[in-house]
Amino acid sequence: MHEWFNKDSIFWRLLSILIFFSAWEIAGRVPISPAFPTFIDTMEGLFRMISDGSFFEKYMITLKPLLVGVFITCFFGITFGVSMGLSDRIDWLGQPVFIVLQAAPVSALIPMITYVYGIGFTSKIIAVCILAMPVVVLNSINAVRNANTSLIEMSRSFQGTRMQEVFKVILPDASPMIFAGLRLGVAGGFVGIVLAELLITPTGIGDLISYHRSVANYAEMYATVLSIILLAAATVRFFERLEVRLFRPEKQGT
Amino acid sequence: MAAETSDTSAKAESIVEVRHLSKTYDGRVRALEDINLSFPKGQLTTLLGPSGCGKTTMLKIIAGLLEPSSGEVFVNGKKITGPGPERAFVFQDFALMPWATVLRNAAFGLELRGMAKNERNEIARKYIAEVGLTGFENSYPRELSGGMRQRVGLARALAVNADVLLMDEPFSAVDEQTRRKFQEDMLALMEIEKKTFIFVTHSIEEAVYLSDQVVLLSRLPGKVSEIIKAPKAAGSPDEIRRDKVYLDTVEHIWQTLRKYLEE
Ligand SMILES: Nc1ncnc2c1ncn2[C@@H]1O[C@H](COP(=O)(O)OP(=O)(O)O)[C@@H](O)[C@H]1O
Ligand SMILES: [Mg+2]
Repeated sequence: MHEWFNKDSIFWRLLSILIFFSAWEIAGRVPISPAFPTFIDTMEGLFRMISDGSFFEKYMITLKPLLVGVFITCFFGITFGVSMGLSDRIDWLGQPVFIVLQAAPVSALIPMITYVYGIGFTSKIIAVCILAMPVVVLNSINAVRNANTSLIEMSRSFQGTRMQEVFKVILPDASPMIFAGLRLGVAGGFVGIVLAELLITPTGIGDLISYHRSVANYAEMYATVLSIILLAAATVRFFERLEVRLFRPEKQGT
Repeated sequence: MAAETSDTSAKAESIVEVRHLSKTYDGRVRALEDINLSFPKGQLTTLLGPSGCGKTTMLKIIAGLLEPSSGEVFVNGKKITGPGPERAFVFQDFALMPWATVLRNAAFGLELRGMAKNERNEIARKYIAEVGLTGFENSYPRELSGGMRQRVGLARALAVNADVLLMDEPFSAVDEQTRRKFQEDMLALMEIEKKTFIFVTHSIEEAVYLSDQVVLLSRLPGKVSEIIKAPKAAGSPDEIRRDKVYLDTVEHIWQTLRKYLEE
């Protein structure tokens, strides 16, 4: 009985989704703008795109460079960040670059990438990486720097080697912050891929968005935007789960 | 061999020797100055003094976690250069890994030594039982009270079978009732384990109750001001706490420490 009123219960989640979509439906019917479709119209647009095959076809084009970019970011971002956190010399070399990158409006760089690498696969991967990498690297550095000194001392007092100290103590202790960086990075990666596909010649879902906008199919356009937002949210949530599974068994079931 | 035994027998009493130990932080803070101490084997020695007098510093130097500015520490007659298997540390803030179960935490010292999982878990279980935590093997530290967490820290230190246990205010983060129970269990444990304990506290009662020897430190720079032998009274915990010798020793230490506070 009272489980239903627990703030994490499925009931409240469904309720909040229901309220959101109803508000959308009402706003669409008012209407606040002729270019703003109702929720039901948007869903119809989604089904039209799915049934004519364009939805999945364009998504495949978008997802490939996104996936590669996110993978590169995870692997190299964490490797760089952790090494910089562990070693002052590597840190001295690398950290300024990432601080500048994080502060700069890097989306302005995206059109420049096209000059160098053209409008293909490579440019998109680079766009994903420059938006995702800095926060992953900087979070990893800070996570390692702020690892619990008392636990490190504990490991040393039991004659743990530096390797054991890094892998058994520092990394598990740093994992929440590293994963927080990954979640922000992945969100940045989505921004990167959408920007690249809108700013560079429209391809993938960028093409879906700009095409349907140009022919005033606002339902399809909103359906595409909604789908990419939901996908980004689901991916971020997946990374949250992954962290608990891999490193934080004590948080399981909470 | 025979010659060696007879040679060491004169000082066989002491297992840890501290010689002319000084420690200055950042070239300014003189935390310890010219400390000379012997820690008798199989006994419990307490380092007692006001906070900031360098107790933690001294214990960490003996543990090999900190470099002294000058002077040296000998354990079993050998000069130490870092942490070693003959010493184990019990931390003031417990230093338990929140992502590991009680069992893994207690076995962690052995895990770092590369002992096989079954073997180390078996040993850890034995010490978890000895500190009274049977049934909590698969709990996580956050599910335990402060006192229980420190018992895990103690089990971890006992599991590596070191000769010397270094304990930095192990009960300071524990409430008063738990603390008393813990002290009584400690006395019982010392009977079974026959180890040398070096124990830091700022509680006079705790020091006298547990120790064979109390080292009083003065503040800034930390120096040894007095060494008091405190032979343990026999009897139940309550009898000891009302024992005349016990009360006199507590009073004597209080009068000594008071001088520093008034200075
Ligand atoms: N890492 C450090 N850097 C500078 N000063 C320190 C450091 N650690 C301790 N001190 C100083 O050394 C003195 C002794 O500290 P500590 O050994 O922690 O004392 P206690 O454990 O007796 O309270 C204190 O004055 C403290 O401020
Ligand atoms: Mg201290």
